[in-house]
Amino acid sequence: MRRAINIRPDRGAGILLGLLPFAILILLYLVASSTRLADNPDDKLLPAFSTIADTIGRMAFQPDSRSGQYLLWADSWASMKRLLTGLGVSTLAGLVFGVAIGVVPYVRAMLAPLVAVVSLIPPMAILPILFIVFGLEELSKVMLIVIGITPFLIRDLSMRVMEMPDELLIKAQTLGASTWQIILRVVVPQMLPRLFDSLRLSLGPAWLFLIAAEAIASTEGLGYRIFLVRRYLAMDVILPYVAWITLLAFLMDYTLRKVNRVFFAWLTRRAG
Amino acid sequence: MSLVVDNVWKEYGDQVVLERLNFEIPSGEFCAVVGPSGCGKTTFLRMLLAMERPTRGRIVLDGKPLPEEPGPDRGIVFQRYSVFPHLTVLENVLLGLEFERAPFLGRFFGAERRRAIGEARACIASVGLEHAIDKYPAELSGGMQQRLAIAQTLVRRPKILLLDEPFGALDPGTRAQMHELLLKLWQEEGMTVFMITHDLSEGFELATRVLSFDKVRRDPQAPNAYGATVVYDLPLDDKAHRKPIVERWKRTLVERQAGMVH
Repeated sequence: MRRAINIRPDRGAGILLGLLPFAILILLYLVASSTRLADNPDDKLLPAFSTIADTIGRMAFQPDSRSGQYLLWADSWASMKRLLTGLGVSTLAGLVFGVAIGVVPYVRAMLAPLVAVVSLIPPMAILPILFIVFGLEELSKVMLIVIGITPFLIRDLSMRVMEMPDELLIKAQTLGASTWQIILRVVVPQMLPRLFDSLRLSLGPAWLFLIAAEAIASTEGLGYRIFLVRRYLAMDVILPYVAWITLLAFLMDYTLRKVNRVFFAWLTRRAG
Repeated sequence: MSLVVDNVWKEYGDQVVLERLNFEIPSGEFCAVVGPSGCGKTTFLRMLLAMERPTRGRIVLDGKPLPEEPGPDRGIVFQRYSVFPHLTVLENVLLGLEFERAPFLGRFFGAERRRAIGEARACIASVGLEHAIDKYPAELSGGMQQRLAIAQTLVRRPKILLLDEPFGALDPGTRAQMHELLLKLWQEEGMTVFMITHDLSEGFELATRVLSFDKVRRDPQAPNAYGATVVYDLPLDDKAHRKPIVERWKRTLVERQAGMVH
């Protein structure tokens, strides 16, 4: 008998195995849903797929009777605007401060302790402060995302910078590079793919902060809608919204991975 | 570039790594530093790069104290991590020229870039890498990576070339080719070479002078109390290409003495 660590599925079997748990979950849902609906046709907890499809059609392709908006798209647009603004600001701050802290000892001495302390503040605990300081409009929601993930990005990147082999920085100096040139031509190009990797890891927390902020104070957005319809137990809205959020998050993650593959070919090229 | 090492010591706390280093290397010498592991060869090289400072004594380059930072006058080839993994062969070599001539962007554009590429190509050809010009270091063999490291260093025309066990990880055949290449480049460029190696025969084969580092004093109760020093300083005068170096050195010494008399 071969050891389990040496038995590998081939490509087709791998894909099938990966799909299997999804299929089982969907099947379980179908069985549970139809059982409940057979007992009580008005059950709202586990709506039939046909009901969900009707709701999606209503949310996505019919204007809302009150606001005249296509709610799914309006909510998605509002949420994505906040999320992408927050992620953009955080990434830029992560790059600038992460590199500065990693490369320049004086900046590190001054800022590293501050970033370490700030990163330990639970962002949700200061959400009220953000609402008080930045108001209930867009800014406070973007700020929650920024405050939530920037310290992680800065700390992660500065650690990656400091892990760079000493030899490379010495070598650059023997080629006559200034600090600025070293940052521009040696550190940043090697750190960008690392930054995108840690950004991928931050997508989960970023969505969490977005939905939390929208749930508490908002008039549109994916998180707002979910928490609004919760009052009516509208699982036929909540479930597709959750699936839609997951799909958006997956696509962002996938895009970042592709960016790393396409723009940083040196990471994956090997001899042979 | 001539090098004077004047009573240099290196201590970490109460651990003495190097002690009483005293020697003078004339310009153009090929100097091999040999010795057992942990005898402070690399520490000495790091001092020449100004990555470390001597605890006592001083190092003088061409009559001036050693600069406090690494600079383009002293090129270095490490055993590993000597080339930039995110740049192709061509870009790795261009980089030195870009650092020199493009202070703000560190990058060439247009005609300036085309001119620099010509220069870089010549340098790449001199180490025999012209067929791999667009490859990334990870796509090169160990020997090719070290060729690239040498080309990248030489493009800035350093006056001293420092090599830290540059061929330690290479197979014997590749190593012999690299020896040939290094001797050729040294004779063409006329720079001073400092090569650290743990391979005695490599040192004697290549160098015009061999410095052997080791501990001479040992205290079994306090193994850190004494450091390594130069135990043998062997000029290989039977090598023909050492003659012009010595001649030049003699003239310099005579001039220096004359300067002191006046």
